[in-house]
Formats: sequence, structure tokens, C-alpha cells
Amino acid sequence: MSPILTFRIALKALTANKLRTLLTMLGIIIGVGAVIAMLSIGSGARYMVEQRIQSLGTNAVFIWPGHRRGRNRGADGNEARLTVEDWQALEKLPEVAAAAPIVPTGGEIVYGNANWSCTIYGTTPVYIYQKDWPVASGRLFNDREIQSADNVAVIGEQVRKELFGSADPVGETIRIKNRPYKVIGLMTEMGVSGYGNKDNTVFVPYTTLMKKLQRTEYLRFLSLSAHSREEVKRLEKVAVDFLNQRHNIEDPDNGGFGAFNQAEATEAADKSTAIFTMLLGGIASISLVVGGIGIMNIMLVSVTERTREIGIRMAVGARGRDILAQFLVEAMVLSLLGGAAGILLGSGLARIIASFAGWPPIVSAGSVALAFGTSAGIGIFFGFYPAYAASKLDPIEALRHE
Amino acid sequence: MSLVELKNIRRVYRSAGGVEVQAVKGIDLVIEAGEFVAIMGPSGSGKSTTMNTLGCLDRPTSGSYLLDGQEVARMNRDEWARIRNQKLGFVFQGFNLLARTTALENVELPLLYQGVKSTKERKERALEALASVGLAERSHHVPSQMSGGEQQRVAIARALVTRPVLILADEPTGNLDTKTSDEVMELFESLHQQGQTIVLVTHEPDVALKCRRVILFRDGLIIGDGDPGEVLGTIAKGVIS
Ligand SMILES: Nc1ncnc2c1ncn2[C@@H]1O[C@H](COP(=O)(O)OP(=O)(O)OP(=O)(O)O)[C@@H](O)[C@H]1O
Ligand SMILES: [Mg+2]
Repeated sequence: MSPILTFRIALKALTANKLRTLLTMLGIIIGVGAVIAMLSIGSGARYMVEQRIQSLGTNAVFIWPGHRRGRNRGADGNEARLTVEDWQALEKLPEVAAAAPIVPTGGEIVYGNANWSCTIYGTTPVYIYQKDWPVASGRLFNDREIQSADNVAVIGEQVRKELFGSADPVGETIRIKNRPYKVIGLMTEMGVSGYGNKDNTVFVPYTTLMKKLQRTEYLRFLSLSAHSREEVKRLEKVAVDFLNQRHNIEDPDNGGFGAFNQAEATEAADKSTAIFTMLLGGIASISLVVGGIGIMNIMLVSVTERTREIGIRMAVGARGRDILAQFLVEAMVLSLLGGAAGILLGSGLARIIASFAGWPPIVSAGSVALAFGTSAGIGIFFGFYPAYAASKLDPIEALRHE
Repeated sequence: MSLVELKNIRRVYRSAGGVEVQAVKGIDLVIEAGEFVAIMGPSGSGKSTTMNTLGCLDRPTSGSYLLDGQEVARMNRDEWARIRNQKLGFVFQGFNLLARTTALENVELPLLYQGVKSTKERKERALEALASVGLAERSHHVPSQMSGGEQQRVAIARALVTRPVLILADEPTGNLDTKTSDEVMELFESLHQQGQTIVLVTHEPDVALKCRRVILFRDGLIIGDGDPGEVLGTIAKGVIS
């Protein structure tokens, strides 16, 4: 019989019992929907992690002293210390596009009756440029203010919220360790993305922090940037070697200088989110298989329930293979329609989840193709046995069936 | 050449316990084209078994069956399906229409399996068959919206639509009341007058009397064959009780 007629017969049989058809499809709809949604969550999470790491600056290399590795972990003793001179010497290397010193400390900020704890960074505007972090109002500190270690501060959005509410803080005076600081700038909101809450930050000139807030002669970190992403790895090595040499470090793994770059971290994070995505996909695939078994189950029940129908069809001239084809086509139409509906459901879910999680709703063509292919496969695989069983029925017995 | 020639047909059922039931014990039967035949006999006498053999639904244990000049007893399932589709029409006691499917679609069904591709042609032929049983205006009703008599007429239309050489009806009026049963028999009679060969099984003498020939079964054998009045008379006289 021609495929068109087989298709017609199968469609008529499906539309003759819409409720059964819908219930059968439900398993596939949910299975495919779950796969699409899960894969989309995976992609979203991966996007978030990448964003997070990139927000630190993809070309950036972080340098710190006192690096210990392997058997040296936890040991103490002589270790290198990072100085302002180290920074200035590094800045002259051709591999270094920009370099910023970082000295962090915690502290309480007081404004009027309100007080609030946050992280205070002593640095230069270069560090903020490296992060591509715009100023919302006011300005960053200038060279003159750094030279003279002025009491000026640039505050993060959360600090503003806690101390000033919605008012503009620029021009106001806050107190840190009982000294007045003039607020000269407010940073834009970064959200809770990135490592830690960046909005709960106050920036002051590194000179101010070293001389007035912490009384230290040493820097804690350097943030270097390479000329391009490709040069990050080389910069890391050049900078670490340069510093180790400058400080006559014999064993760089025991108290020498350490480095961390975003490019590598991105790759590592990509790998771990890929595993996460696979895990989610795997869980969702199980529900797809369950949906397939559901189809087989209902098709099997339906073969029993439709025994008389099959007998009638055989009496009027259907061959075994016509019945087989009809049931297979029915199963495939069910799976494909269910698959299509599942893709819609999954994309909808992905959208809703994305709007809550704050990542873009990524539904990749690959995941749609995968879900669709699997549902077609499920139709054939799980539809075959019931269809075969139906095709082998004896017409007389089938007609006698109540 | 006769339309139907059964020679020494036997049918033995073997149940799971190994018990053998001889449902038909070697019958010979010739039916000519255009005949209108009733099969009668007590319950369990082998009427349905014989009808299933005639309908290429059940394989006899032994014997030969020539239908329209073709030996069909040893054909395979697929060949049988083709014979049923092209040469035979069935009317069952329980109507056996597809539920939730309109009269028109039910009647179209054999044409679909015949491979009639044109939707228009299928529809026209199905409507024609429905018209010939007086149900053209009910073509879009589903079985649950029709009376038993109407459903049986739809089933007859389905049997007719392929213009089969033989219509087989196993107790077609068994589920109907006297009035609708008369309607159905009138329909068979008019088909007979148009030259259609019909074999039906019945328990009702009224129904058998409307036929031209009655075949009487008992214990898997034919024990009477001839004019309805005569054969029914022998039953009445208790000759074969
Ligand atoms: N599938 C089967 N398995 C075993 N025995 C069967 C089977 N079908 C029929 N029989 C037996 O064969 C015999 C003839 O049955 P058949 O159905 O032909 O009778 P019938 O004349 O049609 O009876 P009724 O008037 O009750 O319909 C009966 O004894 C019946 O029990
Ligand atoms: Mg019977």
C-alpha cells in the first residue's frame, strides 16, 4: 500500500481517539521538554561562568608573592614580598600592556549615623580600566591624588545603597578608620556576578591605603594585562621569572611568585560546565526514555484495546504489514508531534528559567535536533514491538475480541 | 465453473489440553454465482467455522476450496488479505464498524486497503454504496449515533463497496429486532435481485424463508440442502431432531 494511504489511515486512527493520542504524547512532550530545558540551563550556566571569568579581564594576569606548591604547601619561612619598585620595573617590560598594584583591606565605612563593612582596595585607575568597569557618576582618582595620598574614595553601588540610600554620594564625606574621605566617584552596579560581590567595594589610591589605612610597605597583588589573549601565557611566565630573578628566589614553588590567568581559568570552567551540561542532559534523557516506554506501554495497551479494530481492518483486506505500518506510523507521528510540542515547552521553560537566572535563553539548534532525532527514534524503537504484535494477530480471534 | 466449490473440508481444533474438536467433518458444497443461500443448524454444528473457511479467515485442516476458479485453501495470509479485500464482503452479527469513525470513512476502509489513491473516487464510491443501503444522508454520523439496523446497513455498504463476488453474513440479524431485521433482509433480497451472491447464517426460519436455498448443518456435516420450504419442513417434522 502506498505510504500516503498508510499515513492517512494512521492519522484517522489517531484523530478518532484524541484523548488517548494526547495522553500518549504527554510522555514524549515532557521528556523532550526536559531535555531542551536542561541543555539550555547547562548552556546558560556556562555562559554565566564565562561572563564571570571574563569580567576579571581575559587578558589579565594576577601576580602574588609567597606562592607555594606541592610539598611546600603550608610551609612558612622566608618569602618574597611585592614592592612598589617591583611593579614599576614590571611595567617597563615590553610584554606588559598595563599594570596595577592592589592592596586590599576590610573596613567599616561611616556616614552620619550609618556604618557598613566592605572591602577596601588600594589601587590605581588602571585596575578599574582592566575590568572594563564604568563609573556611574563623579570620577576616579587622578595621579596627583595618588602622589599625595589624598583621602579620596570611589564607592560601589551597594555601599552607596547602605549609606546613602538613593541619594548621590559624590561630594559627600565618609569616615574610614576615623578619618574623613571625600567621595569623588560612584561605580556602576555589577550585580552579584563575578567572584564575590563587587558592588560592596570602596576604591582608594594605593598610596593612601598603604600609608594611612594599613601602614604597610608591600603590595599584595599585581594585576597585569597582556597585549592580547594569545600572549597571556607568555606574559605570565615572563613576569614570574622576572620577579623571581629580581628577588633571587631559588625555589619558585616555595615562596616565590605565583600567577593566575583568566584564559586558563576560562578553559577549566568551560570543561566543568560542559560536564554539568552533560549531567543535566543525561538526567533529562532518562525522562525521554521513560516517555518512550510510556509510548510503548500505551501502544501495547492500545493493541489489546484495539484488537477488534485490527480484526475489522484485516477482514476488509489489511495485510499484516499494513497493520504494522499503520501502528509504526502512529507511534512515529505521536513521537514527532510530541517532540515538536516538547521543543516548544522546553524553549518556553528555558525562557522562564533564563529570565529568573538572568542569563540569555540559549536553545541550541544541536539540542533541538538531538531531541527531535531521539523522539523519532523512540517512535520507531518503542513502536515496533506493539506494531509487530498487532500485525501478527489472527483475524478471527481479533474479531471475536470483546 | 461454480463460484464456490468446497471439497471434503475438514476443520479440527486442537485445544491446549490436547483435546480435539472436529468442528467440520468433511463437507462438499457448491454455490453458483447469484445464489442467495441460508445456512442453518444447531449451535456448535460448524456453521461459523464453514463461513470462516469461505471467508478466507480460517484455514481448513484439509480439503480444497475453489473460489471463482482459484484454489485458495493453501494461500498465505497476504494472499488471503487480497482475496478478502477484492472478492469478499463480510457482514457480522455485531456490525463491527470502527468506533468514532463516520459511516463514510467506515465504508471507505476497504477501498483504502485496495489502494484507491484518489480521495474523490473513494468518497464517491463510498457514498454510492451508502446510497444503495438508503443511508446517504447519514454519511457523517458515527456508529454511536445510529441504531443497530442503521449500523448493520452501513456494514452492508462496506461489504458492497468493493463489488465483491460473494457476501458472507454470519447471523446478520442476530442482534436486531424483528422490524429492523426485516429491513436488513429486504436489503439482502434486493441485492440478490441485482445478481449479488449472498451466503448467510441464521437461526430464524423467517429469515431463512427469504432465501432461495437453505443448507442444514448438524455435528459438522451437511444434512440437508435445498428449497427453504422443504428443508425447514424436515426440521419442523422432527425428522432430524
Ligand atoms: N477456536 C476454537 N477452538 C476450539 N474449538 C472451537 C473453536 N471455534 C469453534 N470451536 C468448536 O467448533 C465447533 C463448531 O463451532 P462453530 O462456531 O462453527 O459453531 P456454530 O454452528 O457457528 O454455532 P453457533 O450457532 O453457536 O454460532 C463447536 O463445537 C465449537 O466449540
Ligand atoms: Mg456461529
